[in-house]
Amino acid sequence: MQPFDYRIVAAIAGAALVTYGLRVGGLLLSEKLPKTGAFRRFMDALPGTILLSLVAPGIVAAGVWGTVAAVCTAICTWRTRNVFLAMLVGMGIVLVERHLVG
Amino acid sequence: MQQIRNGFIANLPVAASVGAYGSVLGVLAAQKGIGWLTLLIMNLTVFAGSAQFVMVDMWIAPLPVLEMTIAVLIINLRYLLIGASLQPVFSGAPLSHKFTFMHLVADENWAVTMAALRNGGATIGFLFGGGLCVISAWCFGTMFGHRIGALVQNPEALALDFAFIAVFTALTVSLWRGREDLLPWIGAAVIAVAAEKLIPGKWYILLGGLGGALIAAVRRPVKKEEQDAAV
Repeated sequence: MQPFDYRIVAAIAGAALVTYGLRVGGLLLSEKLPKTGAFRRFMDALPGTILLSLVAPGIVAAGVWGTVAAVCTAICTWRTRNVFLAMLVGMGIVLVERHLVG
Repeated sequence: MQQIRNGFIANLPVAASVGAYGSVLGVLAAQKGIGWLTLLIMNLTVFAGSAQFVMVDMWIAPLPVLEMTIAVLIINLRYLLIGASLQPVFSGAPLSHKFTFMHLVADENWAVTMAALRNGGATIGFLFGGGLCVISAWCFGTMFGHRIGALVQNPEALALDFAFIAVFTALTVSLWRGREDLLPWIGAAVIAVAAEKLIPGKWYILLGGLGGALIAAVRRPVKKEEQDAAV
């Protein structure tokens, strides 16, 4: 066992409370959240832009082969709608590159 | 009871992929030295795949608790919309049900429930049964991966360090809504890459995400929405 670290407790508790708050908050605020207009367009676009922002710098940092692997992962997701398969494709390309090319 | 059963069964196909990429999270967590019990508690209390991947990615002692919490908040902002969209399922239900059953709402069982709602077959029980199915798969997958991960000596040789990028690339593409996303996504990517170079910490997630979504907000509305707004 690792030694007790209050930061671990705080990190998990913080993440849990924030996530639960958003889940329940969305349901309770459902009447008040706008269904049209600029704010709605903002909220609708947010999930995609956030995940992209999360991953884009990592792809750039992974170099040429990392970028190739990410593009192939994207194409595979697009074609098959299977996130797990697409992930294996991306990892496979990096794996092959490291053992054969690199 | 019958509804919970139906929900559980309807979610079995997506649960398979949840378990599969849960196993990847388990491997990454083991590589970071996160104990299985810590991971299990995280699964049960946070129960949000993409946010947990980011937490594990940021898991370097001493843990940046505030940065992590903000990152989770940003990534899970979509649950605000997911929660709001479930209003028809919960209409007329007591507040205690809302507080109890919303915890087990993940992307997967939410999507299955919304599909069932269009066919008139969505109830709180159905949603909850799906949640039980997804959280079981998530826990089994992550625990399995954690056992394996402890045995892996050289994660780079297996491209495990690329798993995070691959998972999120795939998850991002699955959120593509059509050409309306093109400009906001280009904006988000450019801002995020620039911010990551210029500003320390994980702020690039927030800046890129908000910047991209802002482009979507200020653009002229698409035709369909104009009609909706006019009604």
